Amino acid sequence: MAKTKLKVSAIKDGTVIDHIHTENLFKVINILGLDKIKNQVTFGMNLESKKIGGKAIIKISNKFFEQEEINKIAMLAPNANLNVIRDYEVVEKKIVEIPDQIVGIAKCFNPKCISNFEHMDSMFTVVSKNPLEVKCHYCEKINTKEQLIIK
Amino acid sequence: MKKDLISIMDFNRDEYMRIMELAADFEKNPNQNLLEGKVVASLFFEPSTRTRLSFETAISRMGGRIVGFTDSSSSSVTKGETLHDTIRMVNNYADLIVMRHPLEGSARYASEVADIPVINAGDGANQHPTQTLLDMYSMLKTQGTLDNLNIFLVGDLKYGRTVHSLLMAMSQFENPIFNFIAPPELAMPIEYKKYLDSKGIRYFEHTEFTDIISEADIVYMTRVQKERFADPIEYEKVKNVYILRNSMLKNTKENMKILHPLPRVNEIHVDVDASPKAYYFTQALNGMYTREAIIAHTLGLK
Ligand SMILES: [Zn+2]
Repeated sequence: MAKTKLKVSAIKDGTVIDHIHTENLFKVINILGLDKIKNQVTFGMNLESKKIGGKAIIKISNKFFEQEEINKIAMLAPNANLNVIRDYEVVEKKIVEIPDQIVGIAKCFNPKCISNFEHMDSMFTVVSKNPLEVKCHYCEKINTKEQLIIK
Repeated sequence: MKKDLISIMDFNRDEYMRIMELAADFEKNPNQNLLEGKVVASLFFEPSTRTRLSFETAISRMGGRIVGFTDSSSSSVTKGETLHDTIRMVNNYADLIVMRHPLEGSARYASEVADIPVINAGDGANQHPTQTLLDMYSMLKTQGTLDNLNIFLVGDLKYGRTVHSLLMAMSQFENPIFNFIAPPELAMPIEYKKYLDSKGIRYFEHTEFTDIISEADIVYMTRVQKERFADPIEYEKVKNVYILRNSMLKNTKENMKILHPLPRVNEIHVDVDASPKAYYFTQALNGMYTREAIIAHTLGLK
């Protein structure tokens, strides 16, 4: 355990996102726009976890997320934890919540949906959180979690 | 804020009744110069002669001018222009857009791109709200009310968008009863039955016509299409089960009316046409008055 901790160094101020499946790590980075920011970002993947097996972790220096921002990753990492760090201490824990609307992240499963043809953001309204079911704002079809494709 | 008509559930019961009132007014006096000096863009990205003629006649009777195209092969769409760009261009010229498009959600998207109102004249298998409103006007005219009606939906209840929209709209009225008659392959999808359950609305499912038809106020017929069956033998088995014949109307209510979105193939036998219960041709004419009402309502002209 001590060894795992050393692999991703501690940060002074910022956010640590934990409990991400390794296979979703780069999608999470992409959705949160971490590939475009100037802050120091470190991440680890294929870390051992009793809970999810093969987890990933991201540490972002001097970055603090609004709840709305972190909810964007709810479909990819529903169990993710955010630790807000100030002066090397965890001062707050946040969990992701499924938002009422999902914009631009997922692709509608309907091959005849306009959102799959135009240069536009997809948009879904969440009709059920568990199991996750969303309604396409455009074609009005219900997409289940399994049908939704994360861009 | 501008007013569009994209999906039947965009309007509430009061707005349905407002449209019905206006439609009755246009029926009394179809020629009203409310669109004088206005230009309406009629954008048919796929051909639908019936719907287009109904809209364009409505616009003409209101004194409006029409620009547009009748199918996408005669427009820039074939050159690969996006819907976004077509709508932006038309937005500069016209006061209202009436559009039909094969892709689902296209009308909603167009209404977000345009500053002028958009009326959806059909977006793929999704919505065709002006059809639903003319169906409702036909029911109101013949039954005197939209409450307490026993509505039979017959034929393709799985893919038929008109029956789905009608079910949703009529669920906003008091105490409807639905009877579904369809082969198991084309039965009403579970999501609509769940919706009725959630509103405590009664419905009954049948796989063929029975004496129960004597309870109907409205029999709404749709086409059972061969393409919907994976196995052609299944289609051969059911194709004659859903044909309405004059002899079957014997014990039906005096004021029962038969509706059909048209065009029909063989699901209503021609021997029904002479019956006073056959209403589908008048229903189509009601479409023009209803569309005049919808145009007046969206543009705030009345
Ligand atoms: Zn869609």
